[in-house]
Amino acid sequence: MTWADVGWLVLSVGLFLGFISFVVLFLTYAERKFIGRIQQRLGPMRTGPFGLLQPVADAIKLLSKEDLVPGRADRFLFWIAPLIVFVPAIVIWVSIPFTRDIVIENLELGIFFVLAVMGLSIAGILMAGWSSFNKYAMLGAVRAAAQLISYELPLLVAVLGVVMIAGSLDLQVIVAEQNTVWYIVLQPVAFLLFFTAGLAEVGRTPFDIPMAESELIGGPFVEYSGMHWSMFFMAEYANTFAIAVLTTLLFLGGWRGPAPATGWGQDVMMAFWFLTKASAVILVIFWIRATIPRLRIDQLMSLAWKVLLPLAFANLVMTAFYLFYGWPDWSIVLLSLGLLMATVYGYYVRRRSRLPRPVTVKLRVRQGRIVG
Amino acid sequence: MHGDYFNDYTAVLIASVAGVVLVLTAFVGSLLLSPRARSALKDIPYECGIEPVGDQWSQMHFRYYPFAILFLIFDVEAVFLFPWAVVFLSPFLTSAIFYEMLIFIGILGFGLLYSWKKGVLDWR
Repeated sequence: MTWADVGWLVLSVGLFLGFISFVVLFLTYAERKFIGRIQQRLGPMRTGPFGLLQPVADAIKLLSKEDLVPGRADRFLFWIAPLIVFVPAIVIWVSIPFTRDIVIENLELGIFFVLAVMGLSIAGILMAGWSSFNKYAMLGAVRAAAQLISYELPLLVAVLGVVMIAGSLDLQVIVAEQNTVWYIVLQPVAFLLFFTAGLAEVGRTPFDIPMAESELIGGPFVEYSGMHWSMFFMAEYANTFAIAVLTTLLFLGGWRGPAPATGWGQDVMMAFWFLTKASAVILVIFWIRATIPRLRIDQLMSLAWKVLLPLAFANLVMTAFYLFYGWPDWSIVLLSLGLLMATVYGYYVRRRSRLPRPVTVKLRVRQGRIVG
Repeated sequence: MHGDYFNDYTAVLIASVAGVVLVLTAFVGSLLLSPRARSALKDIPYECGIEPVGDQWSQMHFRYYPFAILFLIFDVEAVFLFPWAVVFLSPFLTSAIFYEMLIFIGILGFGLLYSWKKGVLDWR
């Protein structure tokens, strides 16, 4: 590797950083606007045309706000925690391809590397909660750790199904293998698991229990303000975008779509399809936030361990049999749909069994009076 | 191919350094720009305006301790499963290896069922 290669890498990392920062800024605006529309409001309108400069105004406000450290806080950990949360959110983009050609360095470990590095942020959140010297922060950090480790398992095992069919961890190969059919068709269970567990991993509603504003006043980030707080915030949005992008790459065919066979038109169309699919997933995430209320902590843990994890293993075993014995494609689709329907049916049976029994009273009426 | 293995991770190193630089720049920027006015009242932990009661680093019950142990088991299992899944389509995968892994998954699934039955999975 020569110095010129290193120079190129530095340049491309810089470009990606710029792009991710832009996306994060835009997402904060898009989320407020989109949720505003859902709730029949206009969203931000005052700063610039259609409130487009709102992210800039927010950035300036956060930059010029006092960066407070609580008196008895563990100062070193308090300062370094945002760094530990933010850096993994940047590093994962090294190996996430945007089109067939636009990627910093396509690692062979691909999806494994991305998931492993994403998991590092747990440490940062725990540090933030511990060092803040605040009961609520501590409670939020403990809950965050419990939630993140619980949902990491369904996420990993759901990805395994895709990896088995594609025969590789490399994200570019995984997308290339989807040339006949997207994996959402072959792996609908894995898709739902990945999306749900992904939402929980980045702590979006309905899984925002660690940050729950109305009960924990911001969880591990209670004592943070100014730039330190905005680092956590930016990491959260970058990770949300990452989950949307990974869903696109693993299940929605990545950059595949109608495009010219050669020339620069192909590259433009690939980038177009990729960004369109990722934006659609992002909008679904925002839609879920506007619609579904927050789960309770015990419901959250039971969902991960009693529903998602068994489902993930059932999907894994199913996919293994389908591949090993070379069953036809429709068999795995039917099996997956059957599994989903069985889950929903099981849920209703369980829910009905837990409802209070209807009370029946036998009344005998004789000559207009109740007797016996 | 394998000679490039560590070269591939140069990009990871560069990205980490870039991330750290970005964060530190932001911190220094806010140090220069933001006002500072310390007071004793600001040092109090924030509890919605009421005065905090008791020690902030008091003992509390970490209910997720059994979950953490379970997580460790299943995470190690995932490490075993990933190589198996990657070579699944290659001719190296004989039916012996296939069924061995199924037995492994079966044992772990039984473990999950057992802990479920024991009530470990209930957040109390």
